Amino acid sequence: MITLTHFLVVSACIFSIGLYAVLAKRNTIMILVGIELMINAAILNFVAFGKYDKINYGGQVFALFAIVLAAAAVAVGLAIILNVYRHFKTINPENIHELKD
Amino acid sequence: MIESLLFYAFASMAIISALLLVNIRNTARALFLLFIVLFAMAGLYLFALADFIAITQILVYVGGVLILLIFAFMLSNKELLNDLQSTSKRFISLPNWQALILALAFLGIMIYSYIGWSQHMPQWIAQSEAKGTIILPTDNNIKALGFKFMTQYVLPFEVISVFLMMALIGAAHLSRKEDKE
Repeated sequence: MITLTHFLVVSACIFSIGLYAVLAKRNTIMILVGIELMINAAILNFVAFGKYDKINYGGQVFALFAIVLAAAAVAVGLAIILNVYRHFKTINPENIHELKD
Repeated sequence: MIESLLFYAFASMAIISALLLVNIRNTARALFLLFIVLFAMAGLYLFALADFIAITQILVYVGGVLILLIFAFMLSNKELLNDLQSTSKRFISLPNWQALILALAFLGIMIYSYIGWSQHMPQWIAQSEAKGTIILPTDNNIKALGFKFMTQYVLPFEVISVFLMMALIGAAHLSRKEDKE
């Protein structure tokens, strides 16, 4: 029998791995991947709780919204990464110090 | 029985691939490992009886976001070829210990609170279990979701549609080639 706690523990593991990727990686694309992992953990929580909500379907509806938001965030983030790479010739966030030209 | 077995298989696949993803040195391989993580997460959504979410995950994430990430990686890494070839020496990078401690502490706090929390389920879960308003495997989820999107959640749906269009136009505007004047 799969209970709610099973889902919560799995999503906690995925969230922590995403947090580690965000903190430890020296590559902007891998940081974005870490954020994607954290969003996926949140979506797993949404659907796990949404199983108990047949009247409003709140969990599943907002899981879909979260997927759309993540896609929009990735599109804008990658456009910014490509611009930064064109300007600085690196995507290591520690080498990108200045915002102005 | 077989349900739990499949659940554990998907969960371990997701967690082990994610661990390998953050520890592997080669970014291209890490991005391909993200494929496996996202597919395994889609499988886990099926166990929460969210079939439409699982399909959307595969369509949007695996078909869109991941391809976009691979594109950006290939456009922004001039050492891609040597990177792909020189992986035999050190396959896995050493973990960054500060980040590792922080992530493990976060995991510990969350697991601890879940274990304490699972003894006292929220009221609304107990109520919906008593009234029988939980989603069953025989339900027609997609039809219900469509009705909900067009009636109860129509305002957030429209807002997120406009937002997605704004984000895509903004991304196209940001990544255009500037003409030299």
